[in-house]
Amino acid sequence: MSRVAIVGAGITKFVRRAKETAPELSWAAAKAALDSAGMTLDQIDCVIHGTAPDAFDGVHMKGEYLASGSGGWGKPYTRCYVGGGTGVFAPIHAWMHLASGKFKTALVVCEEKMSSCQPHPQGAFITIFDHTTERALGPNLLWIFALEQQRYMAVHGITNEEIALVSVKNKRNAMGHPSAQLGAELTVKEVLASEVMAHPVHRLMVSPTSDGAAAVVMAVESVAKKVTRNPVWVEGVGWALDTAFWTNRDLYYPRYVEVAARMAYKMAGIREPAKEIHIAEPYDPFAYKELHHLEGLLLAPKGKAPKLLADGHFNRDGGRLPSCPSGGLLGVGNPISAAGMMKICELFWQLRGEAGPRQVKGKPRKAVAQAWGDLMQVGTVVVCGV
Amino acid sequence: MMEPRLGTPLSSEDFEQGKVFTESYAPKAEYAWDTGPSIGRYLAELKEGRLVGRTCRACKRTFIPPRSFCELCFRPADDWVVFPGTGKVNTFSLCYITWDMRKLKDPQIPAVIEIDGASEGHGILHLLGNVDPKQVKVGMRVRAVWKPAPERAGAITDILHWEPMP
Repeated sequence: MSRVAIVGAGITKFVRRAKETAPELSWAAAKAALDSAGMTLDQIDCVIHGTAPDAFDGVHMKGEYLASGSGGWGKPYTRCYVGGGTGVFAPIHAWMHLASGKFKTALVVCEEKMSSCQPHPQGAFITIFDHTTERALGPNLLWIFALEQQRYMAVHGITNEEIALVSVKNKRNAMGHPSAQLGAELTVKEVLASEVMAHPVHRLMVSPTSDGAAAVVMAVESVAKKVTRNPVWVEGVGWALDTAFWTNRDLYYPRYVEVAARMAYKMAGIREPAKEIHIAEPYDPFAYKELHHLEGLLLAPKGKAPKLLADGHFNRDGGRLPSCPSGGLLGVGNPISAAGMMKICELFWQLRGEAGPRQVKGKPRKAVAQAWGDLMQVGTVVVCGV
Repeated sequence: MMEPRLGTPLSSEDFEQGKVFTESYAPKAEYAWDTGPSIGRYLAELKEGRLVGRTCRACKRTFIPPRSFCELCFRPADDWVVFPGTGKVNTFSLCYITWDMRKLKDPQIPAVIEIDGASEGHGILHLLGNVDPKQVKVGMRVRAVWKPAPERAGAITDILHWEPMP
């Protein structure tokens, strides 16, 4: 099996509504990733595009719609989609193409333009609920997050103040990210003073809807070592799916993340993730989700992530295990698949020491990114190392 | 990292002042979902004012919603079970917003309700009613409030909501 590395990364700004079309955003990120790798499209063997439901764009076979922008025409091209987990699954998909020996280079592009969906992209999400036994109740997407957060809090006795601190940390971290949509200096009090959307979820605990794209170039070892002196190795990959009978499992713990994480750690030779991982980019579309996912990633004991957060353990400056140094979805923005890919890009920049004002000190060498999606049951995990 | 490229933000003024053009489309898509035998019976029983589930004798689970096969044991499901129509709140929310971001003065109270008679932790999504939102707690005992028989249609909404047990 070939070793696989990330050799270039590129990103657009994340904004509420972008002037550019979806293919134009894809192209901007794809070209930036190629430029970063010092490569051109003719050096790319295959193209992977990650993007969320066709319903966002109102375009059937969105993969084909985006392919011009991601350089997919005339090449082996696949669109992959596993809900919100897509952004971290797309590089796993590319890893399969490369590790198998079938191809030597891959361009991996993730794009989302949520603003096209009117009046609000939430409408595109409603169909995740069971058509016969749930949709007649008039659900909306906030329900499942609020239900899950409430369960997580109830089982462990966690307070909303503890959870609001995630928003404070990530929105502050995002102030150092040039793509960020919602970087801000806030207090826990301000987060909890924001409007209650679906108790216990307040507005400032929710990531925004966004337009944006992010991309990486990946290559097998023989090519990676030629094109860069600083390849970032994909050392572990894992993915898992839990039951869609979501009212039959306990929402307090993301079992699917643990399964995916154990798979990735085993491949990466990591035995004690809480000690061996230097940087984490867990998926944080909602504030509690970062804590929930840190536990699923085995980076905090069950129910203990809030205490570690309060102790500064996950801070970018001075924390033992900086979490979401990018600013995460809460701060940088949440163009679904592009948000997951933004986390992969962050690992690339952090491990190469190129993260600028966000750079984690102490030469981090091992990092993990994770995304999650569907009806709260998809986990995708990538471990990178230098 | 390099400076991000494109992702040029548009503002409300850009639209109001006619600086940008858009094309719009409102699809009208209609679907009619078949229930399958298990959910079909689930709905038929709801119409009769009964809440039912099904068992798997291999893993000894009693699940709701009922299904035709056990997805864990990968074998056909077995017996039908009638539940008493009571349960407890596993988790809940007070939701002040609709799917299209309209605000609600009185919250909807969605909840996962663990159903008495089903396996530990097995519940359904439904709504709470006849309750002060401030009084709702995880672990609260609740019972189904049914629509009057003539109004029942064989739908999950034949249960109006769940209310606290007296």
